[in-house]
Amino acid sequence: MPNQLLNVQGLETHFQTREGVVHAVNGVSFTLNEGETVGLVGESGCGKSVSMLSVLRLIPTPPGKVVAGSAVFRGQDLLKMAEDEIRNVRGSQISMVFQDPMTSFNPVLTIGRQVAEPLEIHLGMTKEQAKDRVVELLEMVGIPNSRERLDDYPHQFSGGMRQRVMIAMALACNPQVLIADEPTTALDVTIQAQIVELVKRLRDELGMAIIWITHDLGIIAGMAQRVIVMYGGYFIEEAQVKELYANPQHPYTMGLLGSLPRLDLDQKKRLVSIDGLPPTLMEKPQYCPFAPRCKFAIERCWNENPVLETLAPDHRVACWVDIKTGRAR
Amino acid sequence: MASDEILLRVDKLVKYFPITQGIIVQRQVGAVHAVDGVTFNVRRGETLGLVGESGCGKSTTGRTILQLYRPTSGSVIFDGVDLVQLKGEDLRKMRRKMQMIFQDPYASLNPRMTVGEIIGEPLIIHNVARGKEVQERVESLLELVGLNPAFENRYPHEFSGGQRQRIGVARALALQPELIICDEPISALDVSIQAQVVNLLEDLQKQFNLTYLFIAHDLSMVRHISNRVAVMYLGTIVELANRKELYADPLHPYTQALLSAVPIPDPVVEEDRQRIILQGDVPSPVNPPSGCHFRTRCAFAKEICAEQKPEWREIKPDHFVACHFVEDWM
Repeated sequence: MPNQLLNVQGLETHFQTREGVVHAVNGVSFTLNEGETVGLVGESGCGKSVSMLSVLRLIPTPPGKVVAGSAVFRGQDLLKMAEDEIRNVRGSQISMVFQDPMTSFNPVLTIGRQVAEPLEIHLGMTKEQAKDRVVELLEMVGIPNSRERLDDYPHQFSGGMRQRVMIAMALACNPQVLIADEPTTALDVTIQAQIVELVKRLRDELGMAIIWITHDLGIIAGMAQRVIVMYGGYFIEEAQVKELYANPQHPYTMGLLGSLPRLDLDQKKRLVSIDGLPPTLMEKPQYCPFAPRCKFAIERCWNENPVLETLAPDHRVACWVDIKTGRAR
Repeated sequence: MASDEILLRVDKLVKYFPITQGIIVQRQVGAVHAVDGVTFNVRRGETLGLVGESGCGKSTTGRTILQLYRPTSGSVIFDGVDLVQLKGEDLRKMRRKMQMIFQDPYASLNPRMTVGEIIGEPLIIHNVARGKEVQERVESLLELVGLNPAFENRYPHEFSGGQRQRIGVARALALQPELIICDEPISALDVSIQAQVVNLLEDLQKQFNLTYLFIAHDLSMVRHISNRVAVMYLGTIVELANRKELYADPLHPYTQALLSAVPIPDPVVEEDRQRIILQGDVPSPVNPPSGCHFRTRCAFAKEICAEQKPEWREIKPDHFVACHFVEDWM
């Protein structure tokens, strides 16, 4: 049995807005094993970032609130910890890399200061010790002349370089879990390839587990061992990576894969589009959240929200219909 | 259907943006070399994909073609007329035949105008319809792009991103143009919505025999929608070929690296894929490298690449490349 690092059960997060309650995450459960890479895929607003921010207690409260669930990391529930305890976990044992390297740095502090911060706080290093380690870290992520660049400010780095610095900062304390929230979405494709290679290399060297949040089914294909697909605040499918791409069981997963043109195949056929719009999350539906857009929907889909059920070992899906036959399971 | 007739001929098009210093007396201290001499044709009824990374000048090329930016030099021959020489009323008349769809459907629609006003505005400006006629045209356009005609009294904020992009498409179609420049029309949209908009663009092209210049950075989508594809890097086009050939047999080292960087949504394919990882970043367009602009990141660069700008050559029928050493790996 691989060692389980993180076990999230029944996580539910709401946001209070003027228009009412937004049900961003509706009771999701998953586990993460040591050294494993899990891809969390979904479109904007499906709750993929919010679910991970909830685990790290980074949801601004109010308006947001984790209303139910547990997130056990090495025997302790992150959601019940005191504020100073969770602060010790964040950035040291679990760290996060954010999407936009432009806005997630402090523009008035030097890169050297910002990367040194977790070292001084979590590892109690002195300024001098931290400085040497920062140079090492920046070298590790491929910043040329890193010692000379310590006193530079974030705006003096390009987007790709900034994302490298962010990764250096996240890895400063050798975390066991790295949560990467669309770290390459703001980058060009050749720079994205650089960052993906970097993260893969560091993963193999340092042996950390990764949760990679993305909307790009391409990146995940070459990176993750396991993939979770999210829609409307629910996990709707979860499988080993090859199984998911070869044998998708949820109509939404199938639709997403069909809507992607392929770079490597010459197919001039019409793209499969998913009609309609994603749900607004203003109510917690008593039916399948995908039913309004689903070609396969049967009566039961409108009466009962399906739960994630195990189809085969390592393959779970939340759907009442067997899409191979078009009939109820 | 794509024909051999050339609708748009862009020749040695250059657009520099001046960098100035000083408050009262402005001196020019440099220039951003946004577009640095691009030459290509667009045939009637085809889709030409123009791809490249951010800042490579692909959007500027699109805007300079429409004379939204006046070019520094070069010519843009549309339907036999050089747009660069036109001014005022003559240019405005030509603009009816060429329209644009913008990237950000949140920023490109006036929030204070109703959808009906937005789509009807070009009809009124160009005096092609008035009164009741405008409303009828607007309603049929809305229907054409898959929106409910009853929406004409709503405001843009009441629509989702994909619906807004449909409004942008309807407005571009209002004057029945021949050429539509699509400037990253789907990159702000979610994956499942992208396919909807692309399918719509393809349907409209068939129905009205439209010609598209499709500017994008998503190489997979460009492969899907284009007949021919041009690849841009730092203000220059480095390669242009038909879709099949460009993707199967890229000849320019930049095209090769760019294609290899795109992830493929298939774990089995990804497992054995060899990537060419380019080192470093794109140089600044204020001071682009001498000779070949790509040489600073090119694994095959030799002395001549710094000294001479590679010629834009037709290396095979309808396959253009700008590289000194193409023959070496052909």
